[in-house]
Amino acid sequence: MSVRHALLALLSEGPKYGLQLREEFEARTGEVWPLNVGQVYTTLQRLERDGLVESDGDAQDGPQKGFRITAAGTEELTGWLRTPSDMSSPPRDELVMKVLVALRVPGTDVPDVIQVHRRYLVELMQQWTRIKETEADSDMSLALVVDAELFRLDSVIRWLDAAEGRIRRAALADAGPDTASGPQTGTQYIHGIKGTQRGTPGALPSVRRRVGVRK
Amino acid sequence: MSVLEMRRVSRCYGQGAAEVHALRDVDLTVDAGMMVAVMGPSGSGKSTMLTIAGSLEEPSSGEVRVCGQELTTLSRNARARLRRRSIGYVFQDFNLLPGLTAAENVALPLELDGVPARRARNAATQGLAGLGLGDRAEHFPDQLSGGERQRVAIARAVVGEHQLLLADEPSGALDSVNSEAVMRLIHGACKRGLAALVVTHDAQLASWADRVVFLRDGRITDQTAPPPGPESLLVQGQNP
Repeated sequence: MSVRHALLALLSEGPKYGLQLREEFEARTGEVWPLNVGQVYTTLQRLERDGLVESDGDAQDGPQKGFRITAAGTEELTGWLRTPSDMSSPPRDELVMKVLVALRVPGTDVPDVIQVHRRYLVELMQQWTRIKETEADSDMSLALVVDAELFRLDSVIRWLDAAEGRIRRAALADAGPDTASGPQTGTQYIHGIKGTQRGTPGALPSVRRRVGVRK
Repeated sequence: MSVLEMRRVSRCYGQGAAEVHALRDVDLTVDAGMMVAVMGPSGSGKSTMLTIAGSLEEPSSGEVRVCGQELTTLSRNARARLRRRSIGYVFQDFNLLPGLTAAENVALPLELDGVPARRARNAATQGLAGLGLGDRAEHFPDQLSGGERQRVAIARAVVGEHQLLLADEPSGALDSVNSEAVMRLIHGACKRGLAALVVTHDAQLASWADRVVFLRDGRITDQTAPPPGPESLLVQGQNP
């Protein structure tokens, strides 16, 4: 998240002091992203250096030093708001890595590994939902942040569900057509996947070559 | 107090090679005032669990108690009475009777249970008003939006002396705003003392529950720990 642009956004409402900027930043983001006061002043110094904000030049550095946005700062803020965030290549996601690695470690109960992560994510979602239920009604910023977090965690759980379904189908197919069409015991896919123990990993490198994994 | 108790409940369909174990040795307790969500993929046994809890289907083995009464020891009529008096159902497709108004739909289970028509009607009107549908009481289901229909179904499920609410994908066909409204209503009913069992594959729905149990191949394989307070997230990563 860009602290730089968040501070420009707050200054677009009018001149403010450094301490005031910190308090308003936290309030506007539902107090979900705490901000160190040192980080505020460092960012303000850089914004001033780049000509995007101006300060009360003669005043001492400290809580009473006021800042205001410049025309260049307003232009920078407007451009940033309309610039899509870079989502063109998949991030190097640790959870995705763990599931891919689990497939390649012999004897690993892959659905069990997936369930550990699924439970953790659901528990986090329960906590966010409690915040929504108790506090977000009167705070639009907090409600939006909580929704964003719930949708993000939900999408990870959906991926885990899809991954488990795909792994289960692959295991049944490997076990042969009789097993695939017969009753599911729920155990064939538990300890390692045939296809993953053939010593021919390759899916990840080919994905990386095709679309480029963000570092 | 436990409103629903399932002990070693199993359910099999078919025989021999065609035998399918829909549920295996399921233990589950839902106390008054609690919402428990059951998550699992299609075919994991979620809906079977709900129909057995609601006495719409009998287990192959095991015990099911609703409001302290063991279902298998009850006569068919007694089970039907328990279903009408104590259990409310919410389904994905609302299951409202199209020829009845919203108020008549809500009042129907009370009237079937012998509550005088006027009293049942008053309770239904109050129930609808409590869910923000006071001005929709005389509308027929096809005059209501999907979200409103599901709120009518919830009013029907919580009206009267119902103590257990059973919901099968209660917001499956609704958009996120209406889904949240539906879950808020069910959660609110639990805060007033109702016990709820909600089956869903949707984590956003399940996250409203006090406890989430995970069902795989007819077995409960895992469940969430009691959630800590919301402060734990809001102070996370706080700078000194």
